[in-house]
Amino acid sequence: MPRWDYAPAPEATDIVTVKDTYGLFIGGEEVEPLSGDYFKTINPATEEVLAAIPEAGLEDIEAAVAAARKAAGTWAAIAPADRAKYLFRIARAMQERQRELAVLETMNGGKPIKESRDIDVPLAGAHFFYYAGWADKLEFAFPGRNAEPLGVCAQVIPWNFPLLMLAWKIAPALATGNTVVLKPAETTPLTALLFAQICHQAGLPAGVVNIVTGAGETGAALVNHPGVDKVAFTGSTEVGKQIQRSLAGSGKHLSLELGGKAANIVFADAPLDQAVEGIVNGIFFNQGHVCCAGSRLLLQESIATRVVSKLKRRLSTLRLGDPLDKNTDIGAINSRAQLDKIKELVGVGVDEGAELYQAPCELPEHGFWFPPTVFTGVSQSHRIAQEEIFGPVLSVLTFRTEDEAVEKANNTPYGLSAGVWTDKGSRILWMADRLKAGVVWANTFNRFDPASPFGGFKESGFGREGGRHGLEPYVRLT
Amino acid sequence: MTRAVSEGPGIVERIGGSVDAVGVEQRAAALGTRSIKKEAKLLGLDLAIRCCDLTTLEGADSPGKIAQLASKAIRPAPTDPSIPHVAALCIYPRLVAPAVAALGDSGVAVASVAGGFPSGQAPLDHRLAEIEAAVSDGAGEIDIVISRGALLAGDQDAVYEEVSRAREACGSAHLKVILETGELASYDRIRCASLVAMAAGADFIKTSTGKISLASTHPTAVVMAEAIRDFAEATSRAVGLKVAGGIKTAKEALRYLVIVNETLGEEWLDPDRFRIGASSVLNDILMQIDKQRSGVYSDPDRYTKD
Amino acid sequence: MAAERLAVNKTYKLYLNGGFPRSESGRSYEITGPDGFLANAVRASRKDVRDAVTAARAASSKWAGLTAYNRGQILYRVAEMMEARSAELVDEVSRAEGIEEAGRQVDEAIDSWVWYAGWTDKIAQVMGSLNPVAGPYFNLTAPEPIGVAGIIAPGESSLAGVVARLAPALCAGNAVVVLASESHPLPAIALSECFATADVPPGVANVLTGHRDELAPVLAAHLDVDALDVTGVGEDKLGEIEEAAAGNVKRVIRAGPGRSPYEVTAFMEMKTVWHPKGA
Repeated sequence: MPRWDYAPAPEATDIVTVKDTYGLFIGGEEVEPLSGDYFKTINPATEEVLAAIPEAGLEDIEAAVAAARKAAGTWAAIAPADRAKYLFRIARAMQERQRELAVLETMNGGKPIKESRDIDVPLAGAHFFYYAGWADKLEFAFPGRNAEPLGVCAQVIPWNFPLLMLAWKIAPALATGNTVVLKPAETTPLTALLFAQICHQAGLPAGVVNIVTGAGETGAALVNHPGVDKVAFTGSTEVGKQIQRSLAGSGKHLSLELGGKAANIVFADAPLDQAVEGIVNGIFFNQGHVCCAGSRLLLQESIATRVVSKLKRRLSTLRLGDPLDKNTDIGAINSRAQLDKIKELVGVGVDEGAELYQAPCELPEHGFWFPPTVFTGVSQSHRIAQEEIFGPVLSVLTFRTEDEAVEKANNTPYGLSAGVWTDKGSRILWMADRLKAGVVWANTFNRFDPASPFGGFKESGFGREGGRHGLEPYVRLT
Repeated sequence: MTRAVSEGPGIVERIGGSVDAVGVEQRAAALGTRSIKKEAKLLGLDLAIRCCDLTTLEGADSPGKIAQLASKAIRPAPTDPSIPHVAALCIYPRLVAPAVAALGDSGVAVASVAGGFPSGQAPLDHRLAEIEAAVSDGAGEIDIVISRGALLAGDQDAVYEEVSRAREACGSAHLKVILETGELASYDRIRCASLVAMAAGADFIKTSTGKISLASTHPTAVVMAEAIRDFAEATSRAVGLKVAGGIKTAKEALRYLVIVNETLGEEWLDPDRFRIGASSVLNDILMQIDKQRSGVYSDPDRYTKD
Repeated sequence: MAAERLAVNKTYKLYLNGGFPRSESGRSYEITGPDGFLANAVRASRKDVRDAVTAARAASSKWAGLTAYNRGQILYRVAEMMEARSAELVDEVSRAEGIEEAGRQVDEAIDSWVWYAGWTDKIAQVMGSLNPVAGPYFNLTAPEPIGVAGIIAPGESSLAGVVARLAPALCAGNAVVVLASESHPLPAIALSECFATADVPPGVANVLTGHRDELAPVLAAHLDVDALDVTGVGEDKLGEIEEAAAGNVKRVIRAGPGRSPYEVTAFMEMKTVWHPKGA
């Protein structure tokens, strides 16, 4: 029999209309940037230019913050039940337009359509649905205290989950009566700009949500604007520290969701085949562009060889290629800059003597691609076990005892997530107690839900997103 | 396909392992999102026919019925020579002789259930005698069911023993061991039963008799395929997988092929290592093939019913 | 008639790792109240800050690992020890601050310990959650101690002020390093003498006295300190201190209004654990 290759099954793109040029979304309208500057946004899988996007300057930030300030009083004062209804409307519109959002997300960011379709977009809608319900129940969220909005929130989000991170930021802020100015990442602005249309369709009062596009300078101008009461940032620890420094003494509220270098720990008694799925999902989900990725695999020595062999076999079934193909498991790297960074760190891993394994797969000619990569023979003293690579690169280490696993897992300045795989219940709880991480996935990995608080310990940031706890960064308790 | 040699009960413990239910169900669901189109679909549907154990296990089965079904097995689509014959005709032991006669040298094997099918509750000697009778009548493949009660009671050894004895009784015939996974009720037990059956000499392990309502499921197939893979790695012996019960559509057949392809690899995409036991899936597969070729949805009465 | 007995003056020292050492630097500075000279307080050094953080880190896992019930009893015992020495504490506060109603401040401080002692075994119940995620998972969020917290105590309200920050931090299960009020540090040292007799494990609470400008930036920048309470930092210094705290993304904490469980969770991390539910 000839090889059973799955034929291409591309998702149609005709549902999406991409405009040649976009404006900023300020005060409920699409406006041309006062800066007059634009940059191109591309499809990282093809390097094809999709649209021209405004590069918001200081005057644009001024206008957006002013619009948010103008709307803040009335938005905070409307009946909480009405605030809830606006958020429900947004959630519904996102569900109605889910295919369009998913296709656009994949075109602009390079992630596989099966992820944007089955994970990013449904979760984003669910997030609005969840927080909609909180808007008129805040007195039950904070017993004994009044929860008051902070005012104008500056929100800066990354390129790995553009729409989902937008939802994580905007939904709780609006539910608690704040107004926002959100800056999507430079490489992935399109779904945020489509979300602006959704706000318009939902009849959201002008200025409650404002979206400004641009790169790092635009983001810095936004978070440092004196008219901002609260800053929420998701991105690298390096930039997070810069923001925390620049806000020092300003009295602005701050929440940070930063980098990670999570340990995914597999004990000998674990359900190994499911653990292998968890390992694969932990590091190759979204090409490893995940702050909570299980990038350090800690295997108990007695099963290390067996698990690595299972893992290599599993890698051979991963399908890399056209992100719009419904059978694609590994999409494109988000940008050339990120690809260069991944290549550099993989080079370091090789130079440091770790053993490289890459799944046999053909990389497309155009666009940014990196094959699923596993380094074995890694120790904590390797840079690839310390630095966040933010790509499809796994470092495999071994351990002998529970204590050693905990020590290695915690031996990092980060503390976002961790994974534990074992059949023994009491060992799971013992490990979960000791792992310094905001999220511990036991016998699973990379699960997300609007009801589940997410956020880091240590240099992975502070504040939680999701759940009742996700309201707290957006309120003043009196 | 080489005849199985029993590996001994020690291998079960050596391979061991457990299964996380939620994880395996998610894996099966994820494999279910594979979109099989165009040439891949045609290739898959052709393979599904070639791997089909066309089955009739009714009290009303008669020599005449068997003769008709044999002709369907040899020529699923009489007017379309591109359609291959199925792998085997699966029947009760009493009808092996007429089936052998009807199938002749068509290449379609005669598979007989035996060993007190479907309950497997007859005394072991009777079960073994039934196997021997079916083999001597010319059955090339024997499908038996394990004692689920023994496994549930923790008596793995009894299951090992009965499968080993069945293996001997089969002689040169191939042995397919049905786990009746719906009655084992947990993935851990399904994995254990898979390993015991393989260790005792099964050529194939099979999900269900098709006689209880909880038949083959996608996660069950994943668990059994993973056990087969681990067994092959430990012993270098490739055991086949047969899914059966409730498989009525081409789409379902393709889902199982995807599970086998991505869990066990392409070497298992072959009638020697994979079978689909079904009584009514063939015509839907034929309809889907025509739809794929012509682009037009077809009519069920254009396909022969035997 | 016998001559009036000459009083025995107390030497005020640091409280570090359960002991009362002088500064490794051998320095002191003069503390005065409205009535003049009170004592020579220890002027702690950067190295004393380092030693206090080391002691706190070493003690933190033991303190966090005690049962909540046990921690509650220890904090309650702090209240008992303070009550027993309330006359002394009233005297300390009134000499330091020159206020008539020092008694009210001492009562407030003691009652704070009682209040927070009762929270140790309730905080996870009230502030944690079982999260109904859309899938077959058990999902739980519970607060746990951050680790080591630095507290820059308020300059005024020399006893109740420091207790208002220290009690929630210890209730949360952290080990702490406190920089006492620079001008009124003596009541904080008297408080630490209560810790020493209340079974607070050595290193869990460390109290340093000295010059704020010298010590606060060191504590704020220390990479093994996880959280920093800046309630006692003046407006003019807040920028500098918060900037230093960003070096390891410290949680920067300010007092909210009054006693509350939110004062405790400010010193805690929320950890979420997922596990599949399957047979």
